[in-house]
Amino acid sequence: MASIQVDQISKSFGNVQAVNAVSFAVEKGELFGLIGPDGAGKTTLFKMLTSLLIPDSGEAWVEGYHTVKDFKKIRRIIGYMPGKFSLYQDLTVAENLDFFATIFGTTIQENYHLIEDIYVQIEPFRKRRAGKLSGGMKQKLALCCALIHEPKVLFLDEPTTGVDAVSRAEFWEMLGRLKEKGITILVSTPYMDEATLCERIALIQGGNILQIDTPDHITSNYGKPLYAVRSDEFYRLLNELRDQAFALRVEPFGEYLHLTTNDAVSEQDVRDFLQANAHQNIELKPVPASVEDVFLDLM
Amino acid sequence: MNRLLYIVQKEFIQILRNRTLLPLMTVVPIVQMIVLSFAADNEVKNVNIAIVNQNHSMYARQLIEKINAADRFRLVDLPPSAKQADALMQDGSADIILTIPSAFETDFYRNKSAKIQLLVNAINGQQATVGASYLAAIIQSFNNEIRAEAAPQFVVQRVNPVPRINIESSYWYNEELDYKHFMIPGIMGELVTILVMLLTAMNIVREREVGTIEQINVTPIKKWQFILGKMIPFLFIGLMLLTVGLTAGKLLFDVPMRGNLAVVFAYCVVDISAVLGLGLFISNLSDTQQQAMFTTFFFVIIFILMSGLFTPIESMPQWAQYLTIPNPIAHFVNVMRSVLLKGSGFADVAYNFQATAIMAVVFNVMAVWSYRKVN
Repeated sequence: MASIQVDQISKSFGNVQAVNAVSFAVEKGELFGLIGPDGAGKTTLFKMLTSLLIPDSGEAWVEGYHTVKDFKKIRRIIGYMPGKFSLYQDLTVAENLDFFATIFGTTIQENYHLIEDIYVQIEPFRKRRAGKLSGGMKQKLALCCALIHEPKVLFLDEPTTGVDAVSRAEFWEMLGRLKEKGITILVSTPYMDEATLCERIALIQGGNILQIDTPDHITSNYGKPLYAVRSDEFYRLLNELRDQAFALRVEPFGEYLHLTTNDAVSEQDVRDFLQANAHQNIELKPVPASVEDVFLDLM
Repeated sequence: MNRLLYIVQKEFIQILRNRTLLPLMTVVPIVQMIVLSFAADNEVKNVNIAIVNQNHSMYARQLIEKINAADRFRLVDLPPSAKQADALMQDGSADIILTIPSAFETDFYRNKSAKIQLLVNAINGQQATVGASYLAAIIQSFNNEIRAEAAPQFVVQRVNPVPRINIESSYWYNEELDYKHFMIPGIMGELVTILVMLLTAMNIVREREVGTIEQINVTPIKKWQFILGKMIPFLFIGLMLLTVGLTAGKLLFDVPMRGNLAVVFAYCVVDISAVLGLGLFISNLSDTQQQAMFTTFFFVIIFILMSGLFTPIESMPQWAQYLTIPNPIAHFVNVMRSVLLKGSGFADVAYNFQATAIMAVVFNVMAVWSYRKVN
């Protein structure tokens, strides 16, 4: 059986369908990403899988344990890092870690090998109160606390939101190392660039899963011509392209526009169009699709 | 077990680290006790009196002197007319107007009853009734004096003097009617109860607000461990408060401690258990600390006003008296007063123990029941 098995799970709050008949499976030792914007239902899904929320319908199993019937067993084998920093801000780094170790009936020494890589980075601040740590340090401490009881499955709800770029990169490196230790990791993120760091991803939007695959497959199956375009008059370019019948989608991507066309037009057709509209310093090149392109296309 | 101890330890660390909580728990109660015990004083002093003396006889002057000599009264003016006296009452500078009519002495000597008039400002009911009765007592004693003085003229002619009942009162358990001795034990009970209730009501909801409860809920921690882990530190705080309060009461006000203090502490444990349960229950039902605080205030105000601390329970209407049964402060106040002033033993306050113990069970079951790890 898969490490996490989700079968037609749904949850609504009043009129809002937060999660709508979602099914997926995460294999043992896999790094699986839930990619979706805010409000997509990622946190609700996490709460149902971590036994904090009872689904309206559907079922889910974590390491073979049913999330409703065997919730006590699940709580022993999972590590959960909520999106909001949820450690005691008035306890020190060491006290927080000690507290969570004791709650799970273990000690820091016993599982030090798991957290060593991460803990050495925050060790210099072990006497500092958690509330006084920087964002990146807080994430590392939270990860340590979620790992201290040697969980089989790790649930990380938007662990990199609000963390600087360097700390984000470090954090993903750490996840890679944890994966090597055989821990199943389910991580959610609103950042599309982080999707490629997962083994498989599920694109989620409005409570529905749009697509599940490896990031490579997802991007290579885009299936339509995609160009990066720019010219001196960026805004005019955007508006003019959006008015064209051949342009399926035009989205700003940093300093370029990503233009998806139908198969009927060639790169030369586009170039001709741009020149006909008197654009200066035109750049036009075919580019491979990113996860973000796929996501926007699926929405 | 280890887990429970660690939760307790964690709570203690958090409490001791909280810069506002610690002084709130130690200094504030002592200050309150000192301030309240001086201020919450039912004794009426400094009643402002204006006397309209239309008689100017020797007796009238003697009466005025006697009133003036009583330290409860302050003679603010001797206006010549009733009209001017009314004005004093209107502007609030006089609480009582005493009018001695011009025929006062003549009436007295002619063996009729002499009449004087008392006008009392009843806006402050207590000042009015107590002030008027003090004044009546002074006039009564003055009456007796002048009757004795005038004895040859009236009393002797009587073959059989009218028999009279003389009242000699003695105030038991507080001989000198020292108001502080009466108030401080009650205030102590009240303070311990309120503070413990407020602190616990804010506690779990704080974890919810900060978000730590989310992390706790995915751990294998058990409900009762979590609740008990929260209660034990506050029980200690409550007992510490009581100790501080009793010490301050003894040192600063020499409050008598006639009964066995063990009874007081034993009751305190039961009372705090009940209040903790209620506080945690409120905390579980609230989403924010603000909600928890207002809900607590609602209970606290009812508890205090109906505790018998300021107004006797016996003079409340019957339905209100029933409402004091599930009121931990009412029981605490009664136990404190009975044990400290009267020297009551365990058997004498067994009713309070029973009622509070039932509350403790009910409130705590509600607290554990309402704490949900899963939504």
